[in-house]
Amino acid sequence: MAGGASDTVVRTGRVSRFVIYTVLIVFCIYYLLPLYVMVVNSLKPLDEIRGGGMLSLPQTWTLAPWGSAWSTAQIGIEATGLRPYFMNSILMVVPAVAISTILGALNGYVLTKWRFRGDTIIFGLMLFGCFIPFQMVLIPMARMLGLMGLAGTVPGLIFVHLVYGIGFSTLYFRNYYAQFPTELVRAAMIDGAGFFKIFQRIMLPSSGPIAVVCIIWQFTNIWNDFLFGASFADFDSQPMTVALNNLVSSSTGVKEYNVHFAGAIMAALPTLLVYIVAGRFFVRGLMAGSVKG
Amino acid sequence: MLKSLKLGVAALALTAGVAHAEDVEVLHWWTSGGEAAALNVLKDDLSGQGIGWQDMPVAGGGGTQAMTVLRARVTSGNPPTAVQMLGFDIQDWAQEGALADLNIQAGLEGWDSVVPEALQRFAKHDGKWVSAPVNVHSTNWVWANKAVLDELGIDVPQTWDEFVAALEKVKAAGKTPIAHGGQAWQDATVFDAVAMSTGGPEFYQKAFIDLDPDALGSGTMKEAFDRMAVIREHVDDNFSGRDWNLATAMVINGDAAFQMMGDWAKGEFLNAGKTPNEDFLCFRFPGTQEQVTFNADQFAMFAQGPEVGKEQAALATAILSPSFQSAFNVVKGSVPARTDVSDEAFDACGKKGMADLKAAAASGNLYGSMAHGHANPAAVKNAMYDVITAHFNGEYDSETAVEEMVSAVEIAQ
Amino acid sequence: MTQSVSARKGSGDWLREALPKIVLSPSLALVLIFVYGFIFFTFYLSFTDSRLLPSFGWVGAENYDKLFSLRAWDIAVNNLLVFGGLYILICCALGLGLAILLDQKIRSEGFIRTIYLYPMALSFIVTGTAWKWFLDPGIGLEAVVQSWGFTSFEFDWIKNRDMAIYTIVIAAVWQTSGFVMAMFLAGLRGIDNEVLKAAQIDGASNWALYRRIVIPQLRPAFMSAFVVLAHMAIKSYDLVIALTNGGPGRATELPATFMYSYTFTRNQMGIGAASATIMLMTIAAIIVPYLWSELREKK
Repeated sequence: MAGGASDTVVRTGRVSRFVIYTVLIVFCIYYLLPLYVMVVNSLKPLDEIRGGGMLSLPQTWTLAPWGSAWSTAQIGIEATGLRPYFMNSILMVVPAVAISTILGALNGYVLTKWRFRGDTIIFGLMLFGCFIPFQMVLIPMARMLGLMGLAGTVPGLIFVHLVYGIGFSTLYFRNYYAQFPTELVRAAMIDGAGFFKIFQRIMLPSSGPIAVVCIIWQFTNIWNDFLFGASFADFDSQPMTVALNNLVSSSTGVKEYNVHFAGAIMAALPTLLVYIVAGRFFVRGLMAGSVKG
Repeated sequence: MLKSLKLGVAALALTAGVAHAEDVEVLHWWTSGGEAAALNVLKDDLSGQGIGWQDMPVAGGGGTQAMTVLRARVTSGNPPTAVQMLGFDIQDWAQEGALADLNIQAGLEGWDSVVPEALQRFAKHDGKWVSAPVNVHSTNWVWANKAVLDELGIDVPQTWDEFVAALEKVKAAGKTPIAHGGQAWQDATVFDAVAMSTGGPEFYQKAFIDLDPDALGSGTMKEAFDRMAVIREHVDDNFSGRDWNLATAMVINGDAAFQMMGDWAKGEFLNAGKTPNEDFLCFRFPGTQEQVTFNADQFAMFAQGPEVGKEQAALATAILSPSFQSAFNVVKGSVPARTDVSDEAFDACGKKGMADLKAAAASGNLYGSMAHGHANPAAVKNAMYDVITAHFNGEYDSETAVEEMVSAVEIAQ
Repeated sequence: MTQSVSARKGSGDWLREALPKIVLSPSLALVLIFVYGFIFFTFYLSFTDSRLLPSFGWVGAENYDKLFSLRAWDIAVNNLLVFGGLYILICCALGLGLAILLDQKIRSEGFIRTIYLYPMALSFIVTGTAWKWFLDPGIGLEAVVQSWGFTSFEFDWIKNRDMAIYTIVIAAVWQTSGFVMAMFLAGLRGIDNEVLKAAQIDGASNWALYRRIVIPQLRPAFMSAFVVLAHMAIKSYDLVIALTNGGPGRATELPATFMYSYTFTRNQMGIGAASATIMLMTIAAIIVPYLWSELREKK
């Protein structure tokens, strides 16, 4: 693996540097604009949203929409805000991400270091599974969950996310471990280390960067999922996205856009946080893994 | 798995664990403040009888999202106790054998004599009551800003021609004549009223309920599409994709004169502090003064055994009690599903709506709304949406629209 | 390039031999049942009279006949070609461009990178309303620019039947191009500087450097980006629902929204299954040869 960020040798003059920075900043604006719209409008009273421009800063700053979205907004019959649903999402996401990352790591390990006839085909089968449209699996999956006794439960939801996360998590780890020197594994074997011991002592300690990539990817996908969450959860296990949807797409009544925006940002905070905190490991992880041949 | 699936659905629905024995789990899409307040009346009623309420709200798409969830829930053998449903969905689920029989409660409470027959068409299957209607929305309303009309000297239009003249006047004054949101169901809501007005109830019955190809391909249908084109000329350029409540806001603020929308629009006016007949007017679409096109929210009960659950019976009874019907519908903007409820608590538009419903039910002028899934099944309804919305957005002319209508309905059946 | 470790023979250590396969087998079983089993199930349903729920009355190819006679399906397929093509192209171009610029010893690179990357963290349930506002000529970009004095500025694509699909592209590119940028950046960082220096000594210009040496070396990054982008394009559903809900008219319908609408809102599950089958076959036609070539090379 190439170590730290090695800078390019390309030299750039003063003018071109100015152009480069301008372009980069213009794109910063493009990427930040929707978030800006959301944040600004979540801090305005409702009248100001109706009257004023989408981009203008609040004249009266208020945190009331945030409080409302968190604890008093109408989600269903009771005005609970998003608070109770936050925990539901956490209970679902954390185990699902943890298990699928471990599973991906094991699969990647087997597919690169313990190769056997037909392993490539198996990997191909797993990878193609990434492309299945989720709307298609809804009904048969519901039936299977019913048969397994997992209908309407958190373990059921975790299971579903686990199944459809196998493809990508295996892909990440397989490509990463493919770069890993096989000699080390072989040496360990000669020393008498077993399958799991090698995995634990040799592979795992150096899996940090790709684990970050896999966790970010899985966490984002599972946290943001709506379809499975709505369909396979019970009344007491609905995740955050379902609650947010209930908040923003209620059919009648005044649309409290400021509360909607506050709720939306709230629902996105965990994933945003993951990107911001783990973001710097992300390129490193990608570099080491998925973009190498 | 293949063969067992369909049989399994019915069997699981009968046997598998439904919520709690004593609690009701209710799947619905009423998540706005007013609606939830109305449902709370029901919840309190039940908790007085020691029955808990487990809330399963899934909003979005006027209930379509909830219907998807329902299918997953039923397929997995974990159906909710009671589900908010509309029109043909109830019949479809009853057909699958998934709904409980409420005839005992219906007999005790005398539902047959107080619920309009047009509504029973959806609440009963094979002579059995399978769901409890909560309300009747009528969809052929026009909402108007009174100040704008007064200023331009416009009287409430009684005919299509008067309506067009009024639209021209508003246009000449530089305002938007019709506030409209370009979403398929809103286009269809307008089309519903226009078709009823153009061809009268017989045509409506033949084309939308009997799906008679001759009526669908008739000159009357073309005329209806032509009138839609006239309406299209009187909406603003920015109409596409707009939510209906934003269109209502245009009327409230006096930017637009009229909106064709169901009675739920009234809530927006009331929330904005407006008074019926003083600030805004409600009247039937010109040419449909006698008729009422309706849709009705109901709660269908999913079977948990050979007999209806005690808590389900209690829920159904509570829903159809006159006090709940009044309390709920005052909040929701609709009118009670039974015609013997006092109109005392209702405002002017509500009183008018109740009187209209009663008259229409008595004279056989009460029709299920095509736009809201009470004239034909979902497949046909959406096929009609396709044509109406494509025509309204200028994809093709009225002649092609009529041809498309015939073939689209044929494919969907 | 990877040599597999051949398990040590002898002493009849059956478990040791079989352990890797045992570890892999649960994943394989899950995939076989929940991906391929369901694909087969859907394929079967597409020949049945299923409407509200799956049912098993055989109707032959009727659903396919109906599907192909529907205008909306044509529109959806065409839209996917336009949307998918532009989306993949623009994301790659933009991602590569930004990655190259960001690779020039930029101050606070990490900060900018996070800004480019964060849209990937958000679902369209979250950003849908903001996008809708932004694209709406009445309150969004058009209104804002006009209020600055450029009164002739027009941006009403989302209301325009012929242009609405491009607004979907704009939002989709916004979401993923930063992610693609990160992939390319990672690829760039992996390129050996010595080769570049040598070329530079030979007098190659910056442009030639990138075109001749750098970009060809990014092929694996392109490939990874393609898989991610293709899978996103095909699955694009939330995006369309949030921005246009398929409108104006049905101008922005995509196969995924088409399939959902026939399976669930229209109670024509047979036609929905037929459209899903066609979609999957198309995906397979594109992806399988790619996977084949990629995986074979690695042997």
